[in-house]
Amino acid sequence: MVLPPITETGVVLNAEAADWRAAVRVSGSALTAMGSARAGYADEMIRMIEEHGPYVVIAPGLALAHARPGPDVLADGLAVVTLKEPVPFGHPHNDPVRVVLGLAILRVETHLASVAAIANIFNDSDAVGTIAAATSADEVLQIMGAGR
Amino acid sequence: MKIVTICGAGIGSSAILKVNAERVLRRLGIAADVVAADLATVAATADDAQIILTSEEFVAAIGKTYAEVIVVDNFFDTDELEKKLHRALG
Repeated sequence: MVLPPITETGVVLNAEAADWRAAVRVSGSALTAMGSARAGYADEMIRMIEEHGPYVVIAPGLALAHARPGPDVLADGLAVVTLKEPVPFGHPHNDPVRVVLGLAILRVETHLASVAAIANIFNDSDAVGTIAAATSADEVLQIMGAGR
Repeated sequence: MKIVTICGAGIGSSAILKVNAERVLRRLGIAADVVAADLATVAATADDAQIILTSEEFVAAIGKTYAEVIVVDNFFDTDELEKKLHRALG
């Protein structure tokens, strides 16, 4: 099981976001900076939530922002954003969000293995808290098991 | 037995539910086929499913189904999943 590529560029710590849209946008910009997605991918991730509700908040404090594979995805990638102030997404149980993951995938068929790797990290209920408290990108990469 | 996990895109969150449901089913010693799908294909995919796993947002949109719809709050909490699947299948 391999994580989607995650790099220092894709880690943004203590981001200031006024609302959930801004928080998702930060993860989109990080994916763009990593070379994983075009700028328009952030809008697609936001549209998924506008259309279906805050279901991307899949665990307490954690949002897994993503859209479908498409022309805006350039390469598989995972961005990790911690928020300076937690932001409500409107989820009945898991608000407020402290950590936003931005996921870009090229092909549905091959993404199960990387999602399994994400589950391996976050099935540990301490993971969101330790990532939210991280003070360097390196620390986040270590926690994610992607450190060098 | 067939279990379908549903999210908006059919990737990402429904895939996490699939992965963790498979882990829990192994723990419970229950053999089942777990398929991740999106809302657009749920009618066809869940046609012969016994259980649909999803988040609260999608319950209304799933519409008429013979499957038991189970709402999962924390997709990474395998204990929650185990409790709910055990209650439905045990």
